[in-house]
Amino acid sequence: MPGLKQLAQREDLMSAGHRACAGCLPMTAMRQILLSAGKDTVCGCTTGCVEVVTTIYPYTAWKTPFIHNAFENSAATISGAEAAYRSLRKQGKIDKEINFIAMGGDGGTYDIGLQALSGAMERGHNMLYICYDNEAYMNTGIQRSGGTPRGTATSTTPAGKVIPGKQQYPKPLTDIMIAHEIPYVAQATPGYPKDMTDKIEKALSIEGPAFMNVLAPCTRGWRYPMEESMDIARQAVETCFWPIYEVEYGKIKVSRKPKEKVPIEEWLKRQGRFRHLFREENKHIIAEIQAEVDRKWDWLLKREELSQS
Amino acid sequence: MARRLILSGNDAAAEAMRQIDPDVVAAFPITPQTELMHKFAEFVADGDVKAEFVLVESEHSAMSATVGASAAGARAMTATSANGLALMWEIVYIAASMRLPIVMPVINRALSGPINIHCDHSDTMGCRDSSWIQLYSENAQEAYDNVLQAIKIAEHPDVLLPVMVTFDGFIISHTAEVLEVLEDAEAREWAGEYKARYSLLNTDDPVTFGPLDLQDYYFEHKRQQVEAMKNARRVIQEVGEAYGKLSGRSYDLLEAYRLEDADTALVALGSTAGTTKVVVDELRDAGRKVGLLKLRAFRPFPGAEIKAALGGVKTVGVLDRAISFGAPGGPLEKEIKAALYGGEQTVGNFVYGLGGRDMSMGDIKSVFDELDAISAGTQSVDEPRFVGVRG
Repeated sequence: MPGLKQLAQREDLMSAGHRACAGCLPMTAMRQILLSAGKDTVCGCTTGCVEVVTTIYPYTAWKTPFIHNAFENSAATISGAEAAYRSLRKQGKIDKEINFIAMGGDGGTYDIGLQALSGAMERGHNMLYICYDNEAYMNTGIQRSGGTPRGTATSTTPAGKVIPGKQQYPKPLTDIMIAHEIPYVAQATPGYPKDMTDKIEKALSIEGPAFMNVLAPCTRGWRYPMEESMDIARQAVETCFWPIYEVEYGKIKVSRKPKEKVPIEEWLKRQGRFRHLFREENKHIIAEIQAEVDRKWDWLLKREELSQS
Repeated sequence: MARRLILSGNDAAAEAMRQIDPDVVAAFPITPQTELMHKFAEFVADGDVKAEFVLVESEHSAMSATVGASAAGARAMTATSANGLALMWEIVYIAASMRLPIVMPVINRALSGPINIHCDHSDTMGCRDSSWIQLYSENAQEAYDNVLQAIKIAEHPDVLLPVMVTFDGFIISHTAEVLEVLEDAEAREWAGEYKARYSLLNTDDPVTFGPLDLQDYYFEHKRQQVEAMKNARRVIQEVGEAYGKLSGRSYDLLEAYRLEDADTALVALGSTAGTTKVVVDELRDAGRKVGLLKLRAFRPFPGAEIKAALGGVKTVGVLDRAISFGAPGGPLEKEIKAALYGGEQTVGNFVYGLGGRDMSMGDIKSVFDELDAISAGTQSVDEPRFVGVRG
């Protein structure tokens, strides 16, 4: 696996001048994805921030082939492109190795695109699906998704006088994909670029479907200063809120085990979307979130042990 | 040398697909399309075709995967009916706007609800503004012939629009008839090889498909689709003529049946056109000057050709196998009326056959009788008539 210095010397396949916000970590994720995957890669993305900021006609920021179809069908669209590749390759009409990467935000993956994703993974296409999870429908104005954390204030789950933000915990999407028993599933974040790019290369090198869930903080939706994006992403790992790990043919390996788990409160208090949780009457929610983080982390470690035995 | 076979409409369309042997077929089962896909699955399982057969988890993904495959430079096909087409709806428009020459047999079935598996045209009529070319088939022979012609029309550089080949659910799809098919070698030569101008797989010259297209370009792109649809009229005729030289069966945008000296005529789509021909023959034998205009291409709509074909007719009855709720008439009638605007004809509208309700020869004869009453001024044409409905 190449180091960061080697990656930095590769051609940047996402051009400058796209229209993402300063501090947009989904776009950092895109750069890391393209550096890992290289130019012989077909990318597809759901409707969402990444598609919008990179493809306003007549411009495109993509130096690889790219297709945007609709909101819920990035997995199905790329599965069709991959089927075309297999067909043309079988017929001897193309011989180069090509990677197929479908992408989507949490809205396009946890919610509206889950069916197409599940179908594509079940069918066994040789493709990688990457969810850039910024924990809400950011492109349409910060509405809650199935991936939005409990307690988050969004446009559709505002911190009201009676209801303090989103009531539900997020859908365990990565576990749902593990349950598909595909060759490779991983969680990562561009906050740990080496870990993330290694996982992308591994996912692409494995024959068959692979899935990665990538936490990608959004400065506008999470309400923190834009220069803190990378740090916020890393701290999500240090709190064990977003464990980074991989599951290769069923074997779980946790990529980073913080020596000292940072209390979730430290992470929450940096983000405006959780500000209301620090009001006296809502503080119990922070305690509950901490308990849930602990429960899930402990369970992950147990599963790692079980899967290795 | 043509071969004569006994095939259902579904098997006939599957046979055309076998001979075309597209690179990718993505599909999801829905009655009455299922047997087409069963047949194609047998071809795949027996190694008779090279196509990658992608068995998706919904029609939405069927159309999405077909779009992905076509954008990757493959010749890509799917097939569906009714609710399946409705679920594809969003991507049906996107396929056309990406100018992807996808061919899709649509086996006509009534849209839910209430749920019903039998024929009417509510499914494809709902897609009439989607920028897909629509070719309606009278029988299994035409279903076969239309699929073969559709790829040539769709892939023509002046067109590059997707094509729906429609045929009536059960009435055509599940009824065996004798038809002629081309020899495999002839059909393969006819189909030729599809060479896409742009492909996702060309990583040396990367292109972006499906960009965000705002106020400053969207309108121009829509305008180009209008032009492509206009070009399709000519290309459908050219392909129909070339296919005639190959097969002995020429095709046009429409077919005028005993219209030359007709006073009254019906306009019909699909299998009912075939039944109407028999009724026209019987009434002609009885001395009545009746005829039929069978519309093959509903999109693009051949208005000028329709006006010319119905030029001498005094009273026209338009048969609609779909309702446009709240509209003054059925979808076909409104456009026929628009095409005849300024002419002398009186136009009556007859909605029939919804949810598979049979349209018998007797029913068609009674429609001709009503046209006579309209000609005589004893029946009004203010409202559509509903053929064979109770209450």
